[in-house]
Amino acid sequence: MSMATTAPTRRPRVNLAVVAPIVALIVLVLIGMALNPNFLSFANITNVLARSAFIGIIAIGMTFVITAGGLDLSVGSMAAFVAGLMILVMNMLTESMGGGLPVILIGIALALFTGLAAGFINGILITRAGIEAFILTLGTMGIYRSLVTWLADGGTLSLGYEMRELYRPVYYDGILGISWPIIVFAVLAILGEITMRHTAFGRHCAAIGSNEKVARYSSVAVLRVRLMTYVLLGTLVGIAVVMYVPRLGSASATTGLLWELEAIAAVIIGGTLLKGGFGRVWGTVVGVLILSLIGNLLNLTDFVSPYLNGAIQGVVIILAVVLQRNTGAAR
Amino acid sequence: MTDPILALNGVTKSFGPIEILHGVDFALHPGEVHALIGENGAGKSTTMKILAGYLDPTGGQVTWQGKPITFAGSDEAEDLGIIMIHQEFNLAEHLSVDQNVFLGRELRRGLLLDHKAMRAQTADLLGQLQCRVDPGTPVNRISVPDKQMVEIAKALSRKARVLIMDEPTAVLTERETEVLFAQIDRLRAEGVAILYTSHKLGEVKRIADRVTVLRDGTMVRSDLTADVTEDDMATAMVGRELSDLFPPKAAHGAEPILEAQGVSVPGVVHDASLVLHRGEVLGIGGLVGSGRTELAEAIAGLRPRSGTVRLKGQDLPANHVAQAMRAGLVYLTEDRKGAGLLLDKTLRENLTLGQLDRFGSPLIDRKREEAALDTAIGDFAIRAPERGMAVGDLSGGNQQKLLLAKTLLSDPQVVIIDEPTRGIDIGTKQQIYTLIARLAAEGRSIIVISSEMPELIGLASRVVVMHAGRIVGELADAAVTEGNIVRLAMGMDHSQGGHEKDSAA
Repeated sequence: MSMATTAPTRRPRVNLAVVAPIVALIVLVLIGMALNPNFLSFANITNVLARSAFIGIIAIGMTFVITAGGLDLSVGSMAAFVAGLMILVMNMLTESMGGGLPVILIGIALALFTGLAAGFINGILITRAGIEAFILTLGTMGIYRSLVTWLADGGTLSLGYEMRELYRPVYYDGILGISWPIIVFAVLAILGEITMRHTAFGRHCAAIGSNEKVARYSSVAVLRVRLMTYVLLGTLVGIAVVMYVPRLGSASATTGLLWELEAIAAVIIGGTLLKGGFGRVWGTVVGVLILSLIGNLLNLTDFVSPYLNGAIQGVVIILAVVLQRNTGAAR
Repeated sequence: MTDPILALNGVTKSFGPIEILHGVDFALHPGEVHALIGENGAGKSTTMKILAGYLDPTGGQVTWQGKPITFAGSDEAEDLGIIMIHQEFNLAEHLSVDQNVFLGRELRRGLLLDHKAMRAQTADLLGQLQCRVDPGTPVNRISVPDKQMVEIAKALSRKARVLIMDEPTAVLTERETEVLFAQIDRLRAEGVAILYTSHKLGEVKRIADRVTVLRDGTMVRSDLTADVTEDDMATAMVGRELSDLFPPKAAHGAEPILEAQGVSVPGVVHDASLVLHRGEVLGIGGLVGSGRTELAEAIAGLRPRSGTVRLKGQDLPANHVAQAMRAGLVYLTEDRKGAGLLLDKTLRENLTLGQLDRFGSPLIDRKREEAALDTAIGDFAIRAPERGMAVGDLSGGNQQKLLLAKTLLSDPQVVIIDEPTRGIDIGTKQQIYTLIARLAAEGRSIIVISSEMPELIGLASRVVVMHAGRIVGELADAAVTEGNIVRLAMGMDHSQGGHEKDSAA
C-alpha cells in the first residue's frame, strides 16, 4: 500500500490479446502479397470482402449474444429458412402482382421481420422458459433447417428470372466499385462497435456475461437485455439474407450451412470471451477477415490444397483460444 | 515451550517490483493456537500462503521441524500435514458434501469407490461440528456457514499437523463459532499447531495462545495473548490510537418513511413487518440463515414476495429492483464478490453500472463517468493503485467502499446495508461506521443487517431480531444489548424491552 506505483494513468504495456488478431491479419496479408501479386488487387479484395459480408453481419450480432453469456447455433439454418421463405413469397407475389419493385421491398421487409421474429423466439424461450441457450438453439437449428428443406421440397428454391435481374444490383452494384454488402457490413460494424463500447446496452451485455447476479443486483434488466441480444442477432440474420439472396437468387437445404460455426469462430478469434463478459465488435470484424483470407489465400496458391481450408481455420481458432486463456491467466 | 514445527525466518515476498513482506519471522508450535492479525493488505494471506506452500518466499527461509524446506506446491505441504482452510471456499459446487470432503483422496474398495464409508465418515465429522447437513447434499444447496463447516470437516479429515485457518468465523454466527472453538481446543490438545486469523479481536483474545500483528508487511509485535488487550492489538494493527469506533448516534425524526407489512418469501420469511423513520438507523439482528438477507432482498425488489412495502406512502411492486431504486430504496448486498461487484471490470464500469442512464443516452459520456469516479474516490477514500485496474485486485476494504459508492450513486432515501464490514479491517470499518452516521445525519434512513453484535449496538438505536424467518422481537435504546439480541436470535423467550412475539403468526 505504501509503495508508489509507477504509472498513475493507463499502463503503456502492450496487451497481447488486443494486438494478436491484428498481427495475425497483417501476417496473412503479407503472406498473400508474397505469394500472389494479384492478392492485393482491388478485384480480389472486394471479392473477399463481399463474400465475407454475410458471415460478418451475423457475427456482429453474435458478438453481443456471446458477450452477454449466450450462444446461438441456429443462425445458419435461420438464414436458410429466411432466404427460402423470402424467395417463395416473392415468387408468389410475382404471379399475383406481376413483379416489380414493390415485390422486392415486400420481400426485404419479410426477411427482416422473419429474422427479428426468429431471434425473438430464441430469446424469449431462453430468458422466460429458462432453456439453456446451447440446447434451445441446437433445437431451432434443426427446426429451421428442416423447414427450408420442406419449403424447397428437398430441392432448390429459385427466384424468378425477372425478379432476379431486378434484385441483382443489391449484391453486385455499389458505390465507387465497392458493393453494397461491403458497405452495409462496414456501417453495421461501426454501429455495432459504438453500441458495444459506448451505450448502456453494450455495457449491460458485458455486465451480464461477467456476472449475471451482480447485474441483476445493480438493477440491470437482465432478461430484457439478453432477449434483445437475440432479437438483434435475428434481425442481422435478416439483413444478411437480404444481401445474400440477390447473389445466387436461390436457397436450398445447404444454404448457410455451418455459418453459425464460422460466425462463432470469428467472434472468438476477435478476442471476445466465449464465456461472456467481454466483447469487441472490431475484433469480430478482424476475425471474419482472417477466416475469409485463409480461404482466399489457399485458392490463390498451389502448394496447399484448398481442401485443407477447414483444417487451417481450425488451427487458427484453437490458437486464438489458447492465446485468450494464457493472457487471462497472466493477469 | 516445544520447538516450532513450521516457521518462517526473515521471509520476504515480492510481486514484481513491489515487496509485500519485509522479513517476517513467524513460528507455529505443536499444541498452540497462534493468531495472525492485521489490516487488509498487511500481508496475512501472503504469509499463510507461503506457510502452506502455495507461494514461494522471495527471500528468507521456511523451516519444517527445524530444517529448511522448499515446497514444490501446496500438495507437498499437504502431504506433510499442513492444511489450509481458505477464506474463499474451495468446494466443488456440484459435488455432494461427502464427495467434497474426500475429493482427491477417495476411499476405495478394490477399483470402486467406497461410498458408504465416505458418507459415514463425513457424517461423523459433521456430527463433531454439530452441523446438521446431510452428506449427500450437493454443496451448492447448502448455506454459507454450512460450507465453512464442510471446509473445516475436510481439513479435520486429513490428519492435520498444522492447520491454517483464514478467517474461519467471518461467515459463522456466534453459536457456530463456539462449536468451531470447541474443535480448535480439541485439536490443540491433540498437539496440532494452529494458525488462526480473524478481524474479530475478541475471538483472538479468547482462542489464541499467542498473537502476532502484521502491519504493511512487517511484524510489529508478537505476544502471549494473555499479555495484551484488544485495544493493544487494534492499536498495533492500525499504527495509531483508535478513538471511539462508533460515532455518536443522532436523534431521528418520527416520520415513517419505509413501511413493510406482512412480507413473506415462501420458505424463508414469514409475515415480517417493520417501520423505518426518516434519519433512523435500524438494525436487523439474527443468526445467519434466519431470513434477514431474504427479507431485505424482498423489500428491495430482488425476490418474489407477498405483503406490501411502502416507501413514502407509495407502494413498491414485488420483484422489481429497478423501480425500488428509482423510488429511492437501495440494497447493498452481503455477497460483495458474488452479487456486488464485477471483479474483472474496472472501478469506473462498476461504479456506474446501475445508473448508466444518468451518464448520457444513447451514448455514455466517458468524461462524466470519470468525474463520478473521481468524486467517489475522494468521498469514500478508495485507495486504488491504478485507476484502470480490475476491481478484483482491490483489497476487501476498498471493494466495500467502492460498493458503497456504487450503491449510493442513485442518491437514495433508504439504504439497506447487509453486513457492512464483513471481512474488512478495523480502520476501514471505522470509516464505514462514520459514513453510515453521516448518511443518517443527512436525513437518509438506514437499515443495517449484521452478525456482529457490537456493530448493531454501536450503530442502531433500534434493532429488530429475526429467528427462523420471523421477526421475533424489537429492542430500543437501552434494551439494545448483546444479551437481549442473542436471546431473541436463538429463539429463546424475549427479554424485557422486547415486543410481543409476532401474534399474527
